[in-house]
Amino acid sequence: MSECPVCAAEIEVAKDAMAGELLVCEDCGAELELIGIDPVELAEAPAAEEDWGQ
Amino acid sequence: MRIGLLHSLIRKEEKLLIEAFRNSGVEPIMLDDRKLIMDFHNAPEIDILVERSINHSRALHALRLFESAGVCCVNSHRVAQICGDKLLTTAALKDHGIAQPECRVAFTEESALTAIEELGYPVVLKPAVGSWGRLLSKINDRDAAETVLEHKTVLGSYHHSIFYIQQYIEKQGRDIRSFVVGDDCIAAIYRSSDHWITNTARGARASKCEVTPEVAEISLAAAKAVGGGIVAVDLFESEAGLLVNEVNYTMEFRNSIDTTGVDIPQLVADYVIGLVKQ
Repeated sequence: MSECPVCAAEIEVAKDAMAGELLVCEDCGAELELIGIDPVELAEAPAAEEDWGQ
Repeated sequence: MRIGLLHSLIRKEEKLLIEAFRNSGVEPIMLDDRKLIMDFHNAPEIDILVERSINHSRALHALRLFESAGVCCVNSHRVAQICGDKLLTTAALKDHGIAQPECRVAFTEESALTAIEELGYPVVLKPAVGSWGRLLSKINDRDAAETVLEHKTVLGSYHHSIFYIQQYIEKQGRDIRSFVVGDDCIAAIYRSSDHWITNTARGARASKCEVTPEVAEISLAAAKAVGGGIVAVDLFESEAGLLVNEVNYTMEFRNSIDTTGVDIPQLVADYVIGLVKQ
């Protein structure tokens, strides 16, 4: 179990998760980025920028 | 086989693509654009690059550098350049005689207002570079035109003073997004919304659209016009027939796999692997 960096809720990270993957905290709804796998490290995902998306 | 996958955040689309490559026995080499450092001569040792960056500007420049280093890219820098700029897309579609809504481009507040009035209300003002339906303005009258143009001029960066003005098409609450991989139009969805903006990123509902000969023909023609590869084409159904609204070069498809029953990521992976084998 890891901890949401925003609300401190427990977050389960899947075994096959990849660095860079997006997760959503089910408690506070924050969008998180998995920035490390071993050990698991979560950070708030970057906010959408002007040139994002399709 | 060394397939590089250029990414930033790993979204559902990237995970599905990775899984599809693995299904085909290829472990993609992940290249995070946030960690990438390139010169103008060398690139990571890969046979092909699949571009999946979330940032248009990073994708555009990285593709140019990979191509400079001799790496084949899907999509190519040229495709990214054309699709990433609505003005260039419109010009490419026009050059290939593909039906699209009427457009005007102006560079000042005053000339933009004149262009809008010439085109006739309502019009849609779009940033030349932008996505997910953001900063689109439907302008119904002169008051709204003056207000939006002034706000863009005063508050926007210089990009927002390239005024891309499109005829508003009454699309009866939906548009079509079709998916092109190489020479095939593999699937299509309707995107329906009560709002005039029908991007799924803005809450539009996806439902299956049959790939009719008309949808396939204009989608493939639009893809060819921008340079081909793997693209998603946005179509309006108008009284005059199908019109191409936009062409997207890093297509999002998470809502379209179950909807269409088409394994889009696997078809993309197969296409890329086929390019390497050629």
